[in-house]
Amino acid sequence: MNDLAASCVTLIVRWPVIGWSKNFIMKRSFKAVVGALLVVGMGSAQAADILGKVSLKGTPPAEKDLPLDPACGKLWPNQKPKTRFYAVGADNGLADVFVYLKQAPAQAPSTKPAMLDQKGCEYSPYILGLQAGQKLLIRNSDPVLHNVHATPKLNKEFNLAQMAGGKDIERSFDQSEVMVRFKCDVHPWMFAYVGVVSHPYFAVTDKDGNFKIEGVPAGKYSLVSFHRKTHVTDDKAAVQEIEVKDASVTANFTVEVAAP
Amino acid sequence: MDHSSAVRFKKMTIFPDARRSALATYAWLTVLATLGLIALGGLVTSHGAGMAVPDWPTTYGYNMFLFPISQWVGGIFYEHTHRLYASGIGLLTVALAVWIQIRARGEVPGLARLGWIAVLLVVVQGVLGGLRVSLMKDQIGVLHASLAQAFLVLLVLIAVFLSPGWKRFLQEGPTIPRSTARWVWLATGMIFLQLVLGAAMRHQHAGLAIPDFPLAYGKIWPPTDEAFLQGINSLRTDTRDFHPITAGQVHLHMTHRLFGILTTAVVILAGIHLRRSFGSRSFPGRLGTFWMVLILVQVGLGASTVWTNKAADVATLHVVVGAACLGVAAWSSALSRVAADRSRAIGAARSRPVHALNGNQETIISAA
Repeated sequence: MNDLAASCVTLIVRWPVIGWSKNFIMKRSFKAVVGALLVVGMGSAQAADILGKVSLKGTPPAEKDLPLDPACGKLWPNQKPKTRFYAVGADNGLADVFVYLKQAPAQAPSTKPAMLDQKGCEYSPYILGLQAGQKLLIRNSDPVLHNVHATPKLNKEFNLAQMAGGKDIERSFDQSEVMVRFKCDVHPWMFAYVGVVSHPYFAVTDKDGNFKIEGVPAGKYSLVSFHRKTHVTDDKAAVQEIEVKDASVTANFTVEVAAP
Repeated sequence: MDHSSAVRFKKMTIFPDARRSALATYAWLTVLATLGLIALGGLVTSHGAGMAVPDWPTTYGYNMFLFPISQWVGGIFYEHTHRLYASGIGLLTVALAVWIQIRARGEVPGLARLGWIAVLLVVVQGVLGGLRVSLMKDQIGVLHASLAQAFLVLLVLIAVFLSPGWKRFLQEGPTIPRSTARWVWLATGMIFLQLVLGAAMRHQHAGLAIPDFPLAYGKIWPPTDEAFLQGINSLRTDTRDFHPITAGQVHLHMTHRLFGILTTAVVILAGIHLRRSFGSRSFPGRLGTFWMVLILVQVGLGASTVWTNKAADVATLHVVVGAACLGVAAWSSALSRVAADRSRAIGAARSRPVHALNGNQETIISAA
């Protein structure tokens, strides 16, 4: 607990240095302190990891070739990219599932920026987790221009031009929102989805469906597993009630494909 | 003189001044050009490219007229050409208003005012297009699409009023039952409403809410419960990754279909009335026939839009033919209005066809 409180204090002190407004600092500081107090209220200073795997049951629809234009097609000389709705790996592990704690206390945003790249006329990664207030860098690694169009419902929408070789765009989202859609209207097959939550306890499943959320303070939580295509909206996501004590917790999910 | 020979298209002689004819021709060309602009707008939404140029009135920071052609790629091509073409329509409209002001003011009461209203509309329309981009509001897109149709109607009316036969039609045209005019107006209003419904569907960015036709998900009325919608959304794998379909979108789509059937029926009735009241070989009668054919083509295009999974060219053609239907409706409405008003004024019999009254008048009708 002391470590957490110390971290909070350190962040509060450091924020002015990195240019945050006083108002924002006050708001974030309050949230951080409340978060720390809630952890205290949980009666434990212990933390542990949450591990698990998301598996897919059923046969997903076939992925489709992306209709690349000539300029983007040149970036894929060998293999043409496909849609990424159901990325199934070993033992039916399902990639690109956003797993997060629903009731974890809000915490100060990480100072480490997250990166969303545009490479080969695709957003990479396809699914990304982000903390509210955390800086998101959006890069264009392609030799063609893109427009970075975020279409959130709760946060502020933006649509920005990014020329080939242009400098990174910096943005952040103030409110939790699962998921914020990113698109490029120049290349209508380009999409990414960013899960924004108010704390750092989230993960995205790897190619085999595995995930790991590290350093979760002890307590009882709702662990949410959201697959964008299967669950469609976050209120339909799969939820497990878990309790974190001093040892790692394992929580597996099975996502079922609807019958055609 | 038998009926067929009486109803020939004659050269318009009411406005012998060549400049007036040139003005009418120019007005009709502006109408056609506007139909082209609606087509380009349809391509923009069909390709999901409405936001491909994120700034306005500049284009990626450039003066829009100096934006390098090499950068007209992907969705930018559709959006940018739409903007450039719209600028051209703005100029055409200003020129039309000025021309009317100089040459035709007073010939037809209120025509000069209509010309300037058209200028105002085209400016508002341009600003709405810009606001749709800069404010990022789909609702403005629906308004933008609907105003485009209203603008087209206004241009059609201006062109009709400038046509050399119009003045003579006003003075010596036929009489028709008021019921004919009511059917035509009803059909016109329904077409406009149907176009607004279509615009609302297109600007949902949800793709096809119902992928089959004539049934809907194999049923007469599709289910819209949450489990059903989640199932269909989870199986959609379009590369454009449309927004999830909602119950509201399914209902909107079904409303568009049902209202389309109703509108088609009313247009056909209106067309039959036009043919009966004006005479099948008169100009309004032929216009009625053309209108009926056009609405049936539109139904076919609507079905094809579904069958081709909303292929951009087919969906766009559906928009354009819809606009053409409205243009013909406006034209028919103007003719019907005048003929019905005259009927009321002179107390003519409501149900007698015009050619029974005076066969010579049909040559006058054709001139309109």
